[in-house]
Amino acid sequence: MPKEVLQGTLDLMVLRTLETMGPQHGFGLAKRILQVSEGILDLNQGTLYPALLRLEQRGWIKSRWGVSDNNRKAKFYELTARGRRQVARETESWEQTVLLMERFLREPAIGQK
Amino acid sequence: MLSRLWNLFRRKRLDTELDIELGHHLELLEAEHREHGLSPHEARLAARRDFGALAQVQEAYRDQRGIPMLETLWRDIRFGVRSMWRTPVVTLTVIATMAVGIGANTAVFSVIDGVLLKPLPYPESDRLITVAHAAPGIVLSDSADVGSSLFLYFTEREQNRTLEGVGLVGMATATVTGQGEPEQVRRLYVTDDVLPLLRIEPQLGRYFSPTDDAPGSPNTAVLTYGYWQRHFGGDPAVIGRNLTMDGESAEIIGVMPQEFSVVGFGAQPDVISPSRFNRTQVTVGGYFRRSVARLKPGVTLEQASADIRRLIPVAIDGFPLGPGTTRQQVESARLTPALRPLKQDVVGNAGSVLWVLMGTIAMVLLIACANVANLILVRTEGRRQELSIRAALGAGWGRIARELLTESAVLGLAGGILGVGFAYVALRVLLAMAPANLPRAEEIGIDSTVLLFTLGLSIFSGLLFGAIPVIRYARPKLIAALHASGRLSSTSRERLRARSVLVVVQVAMALMLLISAGLMIRTFREMSNVNPGFARPGEVQTVALSITEASVRDPEAALQRQKEILDRLAAVPGVRSVAYTNAVPMGGGFTADLLVIEGRAFDERNPPKGRQFRFISPGLFGTLGIPMVAGRDLDWTDLYERRPVVLISQNLARQEWGSADAALGKRLRGASTADQWREIVGVVGDVRDWGLSRPLTEIVYVPVMAEGIFNTPTFLMRYVTYVVRSTRAASPSFIDEIRQSIWAVDPNLPLINLRTMGDFVDDSLATTSFALVMLGIAGAMALLLGLLGIYGVVSYAVAQRTREVGVRIAMGAQIGEVRRLFLRQGLVLTGVGVVLGLAGAAAVTRSMTALLFGVSPLDPITYAAVSLVLVVAALLATYLPSRRATRIDPIEALRSE
Repeated sequence: MPKEVLQGTLDLMVLRTLETMGPQHGFGLAKRILQVSEGILDLNQGTLYPALLRLEQRGWIKSRWGVSDNNRKAKFYELTARGRRQVARETESWEQTVLLMERFLREPAIGQK
Repeated sequence: MLSRLWNLFRRKRLDTELDIELGHHLELLEAEHREHGLSPHEARLAARRDFGALAQVQEAYRDQRGIPMLETLWRDIRFGVRSMWRTPVVTLTVIATMAVGIGANTAVFSVIDGVLLKPLPYPESDRLITVAHAAPGIVLSDSADVGSSLFLYFTEREQNRTLEGVGLVGMATATVTGQGEPEQVRRLYVTDDVLPLLRIEPQLGRYFSPTDDAPGSPNTAVLTYGYWQRHFGGDPAVIGRNLTMDGESAEIIGVMPQEFSVVGFGAQPDVISPSRFNRTQVTVGGYFRRSVARLKPGVTLEQASADIRRLIPVAIDGFPLGPGTTRQQVESARLTPALRPLKQDVVGNAGSVLWVLMGTIAMVLLIACANVANLILVRTEGRRQELSIRAALGAGWGRIARELLTESAVLGLAGGILGVGFAYVALRVLLAMAPANLPRAEEIGIDSTVLLFTLGLSIFSGLLFGAIPVIRYARPKLIAALHASGRLSSTSRERLRARSVLVVVQVAMALMLLISAGLMIRTFREMSNVNPGFARPGEVQTVALSITEASVRDPEAALQRQKEILDRLAAVPGVRSVAYTNAVPMGGGFTADLLVIEGRAFDERNPPKGRQFRFISPGLFGTLGIPMVAGRDLDWTDLYERRPVVLISQNLARQEWGSADAALGKRLRGASTADQWREIVGVVGDVRDWGLSRPLTEIVYVPVMAEGIFNTPTFLMRYVTYVVRSTRAASPSFIDEIRQSIWAVDPNLPLINLRTMGDFVDDSLATTSFALVMLGIAGAMALLLGLLGIYGVVSYAVAQRTREVGVRIAMGAQIGEVRRLFLRQGLVLTGVGVVLGLAGAAAVTRSMTALLFGVSPLDPITYAAVSLVLVVAALLATYLPSRRATRIDPIEALRSE
């Protein structure tokens, strides 16, 4: 089980999660991502934070300070309009990649049934 | 990217925020695990595990957030500063040495920047030129440049195709009256096109129009900002008021802005007046006027030159010839254009001295850097252990090198900051000692360009001397070896070699500087020994004045007044003799004319030559101490009866007639005037009019009042300098008595240039003595540093070889032997340095030729003498530490290891 994933894939996971779940703080995001991956991904949760900063620098998400459920100061992240467009773009790109690889990988190799 | 830069400054706050965020995450993770039944302690551990390595997350976050390179740099700097404080003596010595070296360079650079590099203070000043002309057919002095002339100016102004404007400028003095005490002011004459072509807008009012510049129109004046402030209190209603100068009233029509300044005249004017030349009276002739012009956009200097070349014959044809001048004479002068950028014209020869100075001071800095490098080497040796640990922990050579270099750069920078302060002081001293005729002196200062230079030089020097320990200790191979063996191995011999090389370089450069200084000493002595042609100049007081046409119109009456002043001056106690002339030798005066000799035919191949003419009173030669070689002096009867007589200098007599006696009785006259034939009644000794290092000048001495000169029926030279010989010359009481005597005749007469002839002679030595002092200082500094270096190396060698020496002594070596051991080492170092230095000096002193007089740049006496001095001094520096070697106690030495 991968403990680290490619930078780009983690980014897309975060964006998608924010799209479906709305504004989240770091802990919530990590929990949700682990849930969705249903155990396939074994993430070092701390690696989310540099990724979040990067996404913010690119303008796809924005952050604000707020109060969490347990009355603690926490930073919440949400998707921007540009981020929304980026999710759509990347999703499409992924699906194409998947289709393409499928074709190659399902194709029988020479000398195999 | 910008946000990253911004983040650098908010680091602390952002770090706190991150901690809060991460802390929050960890808390929630902990809580979750506790819900699943783990104990608080286990929950915390589990949370940490889930999260991943905290430090790595923080570092990755910071890398994403900031600019890693800058942050590392900042960390290196902080670390370096801390480590430097651990060896305060070395650090402070380094900073002080660098401060002096960098400060001196900064001071010299600001002079070079102000004089040579900065553009002139006018918009687009690189388009400004001077329209000068050369007349190779008139042999005058060591250059054939005759400037411009009215007939050339008018033609060029009216018919050129390549210039936006061309004008003439000249500086004179004037007396302002009617405003309290009569005051002497500097008056700049311009033709109406000059101020507009400089492209500076007036602060108030307007500039001269062509009407203002026409002769006969009402007189006008433009004030400079300084004068306006001083005398009119900055009153804006000054426009329309009147100013009386030299008896004439002028309406003030404008005021210049504060930043306006004039270049090339040595002083700033107070008032600007229109020249008001009368075009109808212009004839071909009358040179040495100064012109200013601006090139049209896109026009090159060559194109403008071609344009002027086309116009020269047009100018010659366009105006009547002066009386007594023939067409042939003018053509034999072979006038050609000699256009130059205005800046070049202004700066003149200052460049040669200044660049020599810069080279000198740069060398001193290099020597200082070598000294500092030595110090840093020693210090780095002491950090061997620290470096070993770092290498063992995995620091690559790049990292270590970077840290060492950062430290050195910081040291250099610290030295530079202190150096700026030193430079302020040094600059004041430099300017005080500089020759008085340094062009553009008012534009010298420590401005942003100079500060940028200092910054660059500081960092560069730091990297330069920092590179040495890096090369010694932080090369890739060495670090790898360190990593493997864990010990910094460098034999003491290797260390000694590095320091020896540095010292050899220092000695070589010190020798080069000292040789240059030695050459300047000889130049100074040679020049001082030159006979200027007149005797005991320190005893001759001069004072200049002008009896203007406004005060005494009639020339005969003005002559009377001149005589009256002369008689009064003769009556002052202590005065041995008095006379006057329009220009004293070496006083910078310049009146020239073509000389026509009776009985000689002049043609193309043998044109009339230009010679200096001087207007004199009787008694001049006796007063100045110029020997009378043949014939007689003028007397007052000659003047009153306006007899056509002259005296000439001996070299002229020899040139034309073979000997002084043969010249008596012959006749000559000036060429471009309606002058009559004048008989030579006396021949006098030669004077060095242009300066001690310049050739002798041929001079024709004409009586102060004469007929027909300069187209005037009765001409009187009104602007004259009185020369007064007395042992009391230059004393304040004497000068006061002189003033009083003159004012007893005319209380309104402004007096200028109260100097002695000795001062003029000193002026001609000014450049040489300046260069001498500078090179002397630099040489002394270099010698000191070099000797310190030798001392240091030999001391080091002694310390290194203590054990060896102990063994030798124990085995029976004599004291003398031991001493010789180290003496030899020091001598070898010195010897190599001297050889290198001699070669270097031979190569470099060639560039000093412009400054030298009477001595060749490869003068063997100087080279030998200086080398000897250096070797002896080096011997001393070697001897002292060698003596320490002889006092080594062999038992102690063997015991310690």
